[in-house]
Amino acid sequence: MIPSIPQSRFLTTAYAAYVTLFFVFLALPLVVVAAFAFNDSQFPSLPWEGFTLQWFFGSERPMIGVFHERSILRAIGTSVFVALLVSALSVLVGMTNAFLFNRYKFRGQGILYVFMLLPLVIPGIVLGISILVFSSRVANGLWDSYQIDLEILRPGLWLVVLGQFSFITTIATLVIGARLKKFDQTLEEAALNLGAGRLTAIRTVTLPYLAPAMIGAFVVAFLMSFENFNTTLMLVGSDAPLTIAMFDRLKEGSTPLLNAVSLLLMIGSSCLALVMIAFQRKS
Amino acid sequence: MRTEAKLGFALLLTPLLLWLSLLIFVPHVDIFLVSLRERIGVGQYQTSLANYLTFFQEPLYLWTFLRTAVMSSVATLITLVIAFPVSYYIAKMIKGRAQSALFLLCLVPFWVSELVRTFGWMILLRETGVFSNVLQYLGLVDGPVEMLYNDGAIMVGLVYTSMLFMVVPLVTTLESLPDEIIEAGYDLGGNGISVLREIIIPHAMPGIVSGCIVVFMLSLGNYLTPTMLGGKESLWFTELIYSQFIVRFNWELGAAFGFMLLILSSAIVWGMLKLTGQSLEKTMG
Repeated sequence: MIPSIPQSRFLTTAYAAYVTLFFVFLALPLVVVAAFAFNDSQFPSLPWEGFTLQWFFGSERPMIGVFHERSILRAIGTSVFVALLVSALSVLVGMTNAFLFNRYKFRGQGILYVFMLLPLVIPGIVLGISILVFSSRVANGLWDSYQIDLEILRPGLWLVVLGQFSFITTIATLVIGARLKKFDQTLEEAALNLGAGRLTAIRTVTLPYLAPAMIGAFVVAFLMSFENFNTTLMLVGSDAPLTIAMFDRLKEGSTPLLNAVSLLLMIGSSCLALVMIAFQRKS
Repeated sequence: MRTEAKLGFALLLTPLLLWLSLLIFVPHVDIFLVSLRERIGVGQYQTSLANYLTFFQEPLYLWTFLRTAVMSSVATLITLVIAFPVSYYIAKMIKGRAQSALFLLCLVPFWVSELVRTFGWMILLRETGVFSNVLQYLGLVDGPVEMLYNDGAIMVGLVYTSMLFMVVPLVTTLESLPDEIIEAGYDLGGNGISVLREIIIPHAMPGIVSGCIVVFMLSLGNYLTPTMLGGKESLWFTELIYSQFIVRFNWELGAAFGFMLLILSSAIVWGMLKLTGQSLEKTMG
């Protein structure tokens, strides 16, 4: 059915009700997580014991708020560090990939493109263990043959970065590639005709055109890295990023502290997403 | 110019090849090799299929594998059934600002981490949780009800977590279906059901396929939702992989498990693409 085809009143109302119900379903878990961040109780559950901001600002036991909880703050720092590195790397490689597939025709291009998409259909946990196994093999090999101990290849932040990079790059490539496909190449040729060198033309004409896609890819990569759980779980060392740190706490039983962290996360990622949308509107 | 183009080509090709070979291809060959190793002494290994034999002979492993596959398929189906009417509503029933606003609303929950979403469901479903209290308040039940730690809870969590990946491709393909074609269907004597079956669903097929592939993949590879929402009995295959790798330190068996998971997911993705005549480039790219 579509609006231009008359339908019974009952049917359209039922349909609208279903869609409303769907959005309630979507909102419900997030709303309760946010609401219980303000519950003056040791547990994120009913009964409601009254409103408090202690889970954000509290500095004394038993209610230590987010802003005084060192381990959570450190985990946030770790996550930001990893996410920035992963986004920068994957946008960079995403750029080169997008140019490669857009500007060159070569043998094996189709196969390589399919190969480039594969990380999206490999389960994250398998990606994690395969990188873990391979990097340990290389590290052990280096140690056995040359007595070189490469800390980078042991479980830890560097492996987490590599693991996340391995599939986020595909997303960055797709986002940037989609915009590059729409680029009018005659603009670049015009710059060449006007005496610009190849690199100057790309820098002054093509890159500004691609900027919104690059920012979009960066934000998406940042969010995906920040949220990533499966791959990170297999590669993490002693410095846990936020999702892993929260997971460990959640297993032991939760306090509204986790709700407070979650609410901050929601606000943070919504702001990022809004920035991205604003940028794309402008272009 | 010719050499310059060649140089540029080489410069652009290098990162791609490094990435795909060092982080994707070689590591996967490597876990396959490790899965074929059998430990026969301290630091001594021989090549054998022992790990795969263990997998097929131990009922718990095989059972968990099949259970994970079946439950992921069910979760995919439920997600499709719930998402389709909503996507159709967003794509065809409303226009303009309302349309983009609703579409955006669909995306909001997925900007926050899966952990937060799962945590939300824990607060809702647990014994002292919101649903239990509401039911008691309404007088529908006498005591607290535990709705967490069972397969139903896992299902809710999986469907919720992967909803976005169904809605987005569905809305995109449904939006490209012109209203006139639907109207023509009605003009030619079709009713709601025949128009849906003969026009709308065939048109939406690429979206349905790519949505189903992604949702199935995400459910199959999910670790967080089954661990947090499932009970002691509801094992998920990824939990077996994790425990072999991190808890038992039996990398050989864990690698074999990982490879089985990879084979299962590739087989299903490939099968769905073949069955519907789609290609990976079209559905993902």
